[in-house]
Amino acid sequence: MKVVVLVKQTPDTAELPKVSADDVRAGKVKATMVINPWDEYAAEEAILLGDRFDADSVAISMGSPEAVDALKHALAMGVKAAALVDSTGLTGGDLFTTAEALAGAVKAQGGVDLVLTGKQSVDDNSGAVFAGVASKLGWPLVSGVSKIVDIAGGRATVERLVEGGQETVSVPLPAVLSLGKEINDPRYPSFMGIRKASKANIPSLAPGVAAGSGKTQWTNVRKPDERKGKCVMIDGASVQEKAAKLADALIAEKVI
Amino acid sequence: MSVLVWIEQSKSGPVASSWEVLGQGRLLANALGTTLVAAVIGGDTTTTAEAARTYGPDTVLTLTGPMLADYRLSAYAGALKKAIAETGATVVLAAATTRGREVTATVACDLGAGLAPDAVDLRVDGGKLVAVRSVYSNNILTDITYSSPLQVASVRPRSFPMPEAAAAGGAVKAVDPGISDADIKEKVIEVKSTDSGEISLTDASKIVSGGRGVAQDPAKGFALVTELAGTLGAAVGASRAAVDAGYIPYKNQVGQTGKTVKPDLYIAAGISGAIQHLAGMGGSKIIVAINKDAEAPIFEKATFGIVGDLYEVLPALSAEFKKRLGK
Repeated sequence: MKVVVLVKQTPDTAELPKVSADDVRAGKVKATMVINPWDEYAAEEAILLGDRFDADSVAISMGSPEAVDALKHALAMGVKAAALVDSTGLTGGDLFTTAEALAGAVKAQGGVDLVLTGKQSVDDNSGAVFAGVASKLGWPLVSGVSKIVDIAGGRATVERLVEGGQETVSVPLPAVLSLGKEINDPRYPSFMGIRKASKANIPSLAPGVAAGSGKTQWTNVRKPDERKGKCVMIDGASVQEKAAKLADALIAEKVI
Repeated sequence: MSVLVWIEQSKSGPVASSWEVLGQGRLLANALGTTLVAAVIGGDTTTTAEAARTYGPDTVLTLTGPMLADYRLSAYAGALKKAIAETGATVVLAAATTRGREVTATVACDLGAGLAPDAVDLRVDGGKLVAVRSVYSNNILTDITYSSPLQVASVRPRSFPMPEAAAAGGAVKAVDPGISDADIKEKVIEVKSTDSGEISLTDASKIVSGGRGVAQDPAKGFALVTELAGTLGAAVGASRAAVDAGYIPYKNQVGQTGKTVKPDLYIAAGISGAIQHLAGMGGSKIIVAINKDAEAPIFEKATFGIVGDLYEVLPALSAEFKKRLGK
């Protein structure tokens, strides 16, 4: 069995508030870049499937050549191989351009049974690229997966969480699974893993999609308005008095 | 041409945030000079279709059949594509629930349309849809403009006001979904309701959250959080620190790797205000911070603050609100 993990390199979540609108417009964010936290669950699950079903695993990312660091993180965790879809010079795309390029890279691997992805990226927040990959490949998709129950007889049986419910679903392979945080606890890369990953040969692939093929554009990129006003501290001689004053204030604001 | 809104159904009936989208759909349809269509998909669509008629669509399309009784992505995406073809829709919208997000993404990609996922605002400019998205975990806003004729968006719950139900109008029109069970690859083996009647975080108008501040006695701390939430009719939230420590399940987590929420009132008890948490609740209208540490960063975002021990402040607040609300 062969499993592909899709990963993205994204800014460290602690540095997201510092990201400026100018940097986003220029497509060059000044921040410490790490593997997208949601994608660590996909990398971990690929490694676990390796143990459970003797599955081979490949991490694929699309991005600039620096994005190999996210792939090295996946390798250091224990994913077996990696490939980068180099997006240098690919302008005017949208999330489905990315999906098409990634679907092409999955196809190029040959014999892939399962594509695992995170829930979304912490920068684009679209949670839609995996659906685009499934659509472009023509493979079934299950999102919000909280458990891979079994893989047998050419089908994967998984549990997924939706608002207010849990479903057990079976899909034929090959398939795309987008994983939720409930599925596992991603491991930290070991020292040996980091050393091995640092020496890994990561092939670079052409995206195979045309520039300017996006159907949506980002315009008027801006910072959201800062919250106005200073915090009003509620004082009082007793906790009861503070509670009464806060109740007055919230009733005056019409939120109670 | 039309504006088409998918009205999602769960086991317990129509998903309320769909009405918010339908309400905004009316304004968009008016601005585009076109009709508003609500599409209801399922094994049984009668009750939801009747409810949809009270929120202002010109037409309610029903796509009904046993193959749609359980939600399956490929079947629902197929039915929605049928509804789009039937109405010549140029704008397709749904609430950005787990299902709404994947259905809109799949349909948009299948049809070569542009997509704005989890949009927080929608308007019409020059005869085209413009969506606003909150990206970089709510640290950047961007407009999304479309170069495709078909424009698709999923809409974050509580982005638009809940419309008032009015007298039922609009004709109900049944459309054959044109899907055979044999074409659907997914099999649903079991559906369990995890809905124990609690208010969902993303739909909540009030939220009371607990954080690391409950560490001294987590069970009691969250019991006090839950008691205040119950008094106010609020949902219960938590910081990542409280979830990671195992005090409360992940589904209650608010923040960058949890849920983004937008209530009218957010009460943060014993939450210091890590930026990952602030990213998830910074859009709340009124924020109340309760913390022992007067220097906690949460106070910089808060509207009102109480410096104090949550084990004393929360019971006092519950008692006070019980009195005020006559409970």
